[in-house]
Amino acid sequence: MKPPPFTYHDPATVTEAIGLLASLDNAKLLAGGQSLMPMLNMRYAQPDHVIDLNRVEGLSAIREAGDGLEIGAMTRQREVEFSDDVERLCPLLHEAMPLVGHRQTRNRGTFGGSLAHFDSSAEIPTVCAALDAIVRVQGPGGARDIAFKDFAAGYLSTSMGLDEVLLSVQLPAWGAGHGFGFEEFARRHGDFAIVSAAALLEAGPDGRITRASLTLGGIGSAPLRMAPAEAALVGAPGSAETFAAAAETCRGIDALEDIHAPAVYRQHLAVVLSRRALEKAWSRMDADKGG
Amino acid sequence: MGEKRTVSLVVNGTAYEESVETRLTLADFLRHQLGLTGTHLGCEHGVCGACTVLVDGLSVRACLMLAVQAGGADITTVEGIAPSKDRLHPLQEAFRDNHGLQCGFCTPGMLTTLLEFLRNNPSPSEGEVREAISGNLCRCTGYQGIIDAALDAAERLRGQDATARPHGGESP
Repeated sequence: MKPPPFTYHDPATVTEAIGLLASLDNAKLLAGGQSLMPMLNMRYAQPDHVIDLNRVEGLSAIREAGDGLEIGAMTRQREVEFSDDVERLCPLLHEAMPLVGHRQTRNRGTFGGSLAHFDSSAEIPTVCAALDAIVRVQGPGGARDIAFKDFAAGYLSTSMGLDEVLLSVQLPAWGAGHGFGFEEFARRHGDFAIVSAAALLEAGPDGRITRASLTLGGIGSAPLRMAPAEAALVGAPGSAETFAAAAETCRGIDALEDIHAPAVYRQHLAVVLSRRALEKAWSRMDADKGG
Repeated sequence: MGEKRTVSLVVNGTAYEESVETRLTLADFLRHQLGLTGTHLGCEHGVCGACTVLVDGLSVRACLMLAVQAGGADITTVEGIAPSKDRLHPLQEAFRDNHGLQCGFCTPGMLTTLLEFLRNNPSPSEGEVREAISGNLCRCTGYQGIIDAALDAAERLRGQDATARPHGGESP
């Protein structure tokens, strides 16, 4: 198998990349290539122009920003996986990274590439939804920030413009001592999750939950924040009954049905994995730090 | 004929300057243009892991990278693992001794993947080895011989001077 013929461009700057994207017809950005290359090899994608971002300066970095982290779009997934800053400030992301594809694909695949491709069962979009990430993009008219709740536009599609490049993602950190848990079910380690669940919890000194985030991946056309479950959690005591009841609210989701699993199977997994993720998050809370 | 570019790169210690079609994958470049057919192609869409090579010491699927992107890179394929023509690498010896291969199709990808993994994690558990090769499909062995070989190789490599290992690769 070979990719169809295309004209190859390897710009050195973001401005140059945006210029190419805005002026060329049927152009596609190439980041780590772990999604686009299979699509080219199988000719699902037949772009006339491929704009390779691998030589663009300044898109690869992990740094503390504001009360959280900023991760450059071209940062390799491997670098996120082994980053001490990510482990310290975004432990949920640290826990999810080893589940992103395989060692060989994380060595090449990028953080921003996974977001731009936007497979709803991919771990990185699910964690970004859980953390209310902010995505920074740039087009010919300048840069703009997209709140993650506005980032999804449908299955495998985002609200980025056709002439926009993803620059970086800001991940606001949760309080010191917060609890986190990421759970997923896949046929083989590293495969796309059939369903995944990401949970974040904070609690007061009285043992009642003060803040909760629960996100399910792989079940809808985009990662889903479970607002009813979050509402049921806040104010409740952290207990097995609380988590079971919150998880149960996920059963009614309008779930995907495909060759891997029927909808009812995904609904069942949504309940089980939500409960496990919440219990794991609760067990990791550090009460001394007010988490 | 498609668009061409010239790339300079090092493969198994030998420097090459080659003209490549820009749509050519690194895997096809290694096999067809350099004649290094030890890198196998199974699925050609990033699922089977047979085409894994080391790019600057990191395991990468050669079917998911363009040859033109490998400009300036230092690449190790299965042909570059053994220390000399008449001696196998300890990892290869461990595969032979533990029945880590039958048909041999997946073996180049297994070896390159495990080479990087054992460099990062010289004393892995069985579970960690299973996870490390989760992106490499084998249809013969049932994996058990491969796991045994990897654990055996880890032990052999621990007993060896670290500088005697093949070139490339930095720990994360």
